[in-house]
Amino acid sequence: MLLETRALTANYGQFRALFGVEITLDKGETVAVIGANGAGKSTLLRSISGVLRNARDMVQHRGDGIGAMPAHQVMQRGIAMVPEGRKLFPSLSVEENLLIGGQVRKTHGPWSLTTIYDLFPILREKRNAPGTALSGGQQQMVAIGRALMSNPEVLLCDEISLGLAPVVIRDIYAAMPRIKAEGTAIIVVEQDIGRALSVSDRVYCMMEGRVTLQAKAAEVSRTAIHAAYFGAAA
Amino acid sequence: MNWLDIIVQGVLLGGLYALFATGLSLVFGIMRLVNLAHGDLIVFAAFGILLAVSTLGLNPFLAALLAAPVMFALGWALQRYVLNRVLGKDILPPLLVTFGLSVALQNGLLQAFSADTRRIPAGALEGGSLNLGVVTVGWMPLLTFASAVLVILALNRIFYATALGRAFRATSDDPVTASLMGLDPKGVFAMATGIAMVVVTVAALYLGMRANFDPSIGPARLIYAFEAVIIGGLGSLWGTLAGGIIIGVAQTLGAAINPEWQILAGHLAFLLVLLIRPRGLFPRAVD
Repeated sequence: MLLETRALTANYGQFRALFGVEITLDKGETVAVIGANGAGKSTLLRSISGVLRNARDMVQHRGDGIGAMPAHQVMQRGIAMVPEGRKLFPSLSVEENLLIGGQVRKTHGPWSLTTIYDLFPILREKRNAPGTALSGGQQQMVAIGRALMSNPEVLLCDEISLGLAPVVIRDIYAAMPRIKAEGTAIIVVEQDIGRALSVSDRVYCMMEGRVTLQAKAAEVSRTAIHAAYFGAAA
Repeated sequence: MNWLDIIVQGVLLGGLYALFATGLSLVFGIMRLVNLAHGDLIVFAAFGILLAVSTLGLNPFLAALLAAPVMFALGWALQRYVLNRVLGKDILPPLLVTFGLSVALQNGLLQAFSADTRRIPAGALEGGSLNLGVVTVGWMPLLTFASAVLVILALNRIFYATALGRAFRATSDDPVTASLMGLDPKGVFAMATGIAMVVVTVAALYLGMRANFDPSIGPARLIYAFEAVIIGGLGSLWGTLAGGIIIGVAQTLGAAINPEWQILAGHLAFLLVLLIRPRGLFPRAVD
């Protein structure tokens, strides 16, 4: 098992946001985590990435407990995050935003400035612009590229379609197969169920801080998702 | 009264104030930390240089070169083990801690070096001057100003052309997202304070060679530094140089009218700038 949470319990401010969440991620696998607003999806990713720190054994990476590790150490183990809201550095140009993603964890791998500009050609054109001068979709491309620059083993994507036009979302999701093809394991947190299922091998549905459904993405029925998503009796 | 001469002397004096202020500006720009012990750290470094000059018989510039890595290490440790613990949403704890540090430094220096006024001997540089025809400028003020410009050029180079500078800017923008890039914000802050202390060493060298100093003068240097930073706009290093120059020119102009007005004129210029441009001359867009 590459990555796993065990009885993960976490708080969002004063509120308990996760109640014993258990998910697993295998090498090269893509897993979707879906759920309504406030289901605890983002708290789950923040717990894995180390932004929220928990008990050590609640998050396992390659057999080591990393639940209590600070974010910069988690990242150096090869777990990179595309944070919700993109969070580009406004003082950095597009290219500098990309460079800083690969600055600390220097590994040999498929991703470099060149390959990321090939993945999102518009960024090559805008590479000297400040990150914040770009459109929302372009900023999301920078945020994804920035995370890839460290050649991560695990990529955590938090709501990458949030606030973007459907045509832009399609462009961004078009990059997913190429990222998967390099062997990167991905966790996609989404509210857009169809989009999430289309790129995933397995899916977890969360409601009110608990996992209410796990299934193979290809086999899961709309009714089952509906029940797990809203808690409606099937 | 030669107005050109007054302006030139004022600009050169501004170089000294800019040196006092640059370390403060750097630390504030990166981590929003106001270091109230900044002036005392300059005096501390000046005593360190003096000690190296008097005991090892070194040239002051060589002594400063020796003091710089020591000050870097002290600044790094101060940030890593003390100031990082109090940095947070509340701006009061770091203010209190650095205020306490200021008092402790003054008293520690008083204990170690007594209240006698000292000066770092600078040899032939002290009285030497350069005749430019219209004006005559002292070597020391000229060297001070050139050092201020060089320090700011070097810092800007670090900021905008190195990976470390990229880490500084990113961490200043958003420490949480910076940690998602594998950067440890606490380590980045420690580097920044270390570098600020190297600048403090340069400031201390000129402070000590140009005028008498004793353990109690730190807070007064802090005031000039503050004013230069605020006039220039928080976080802008060239702005800080401009702020230093404005205070320097105001002081020499004031002194030319009446020597009693020197200090007051500097403070009045500061208030005037605040009145017209409350955010300083070159405020950063993001804040």
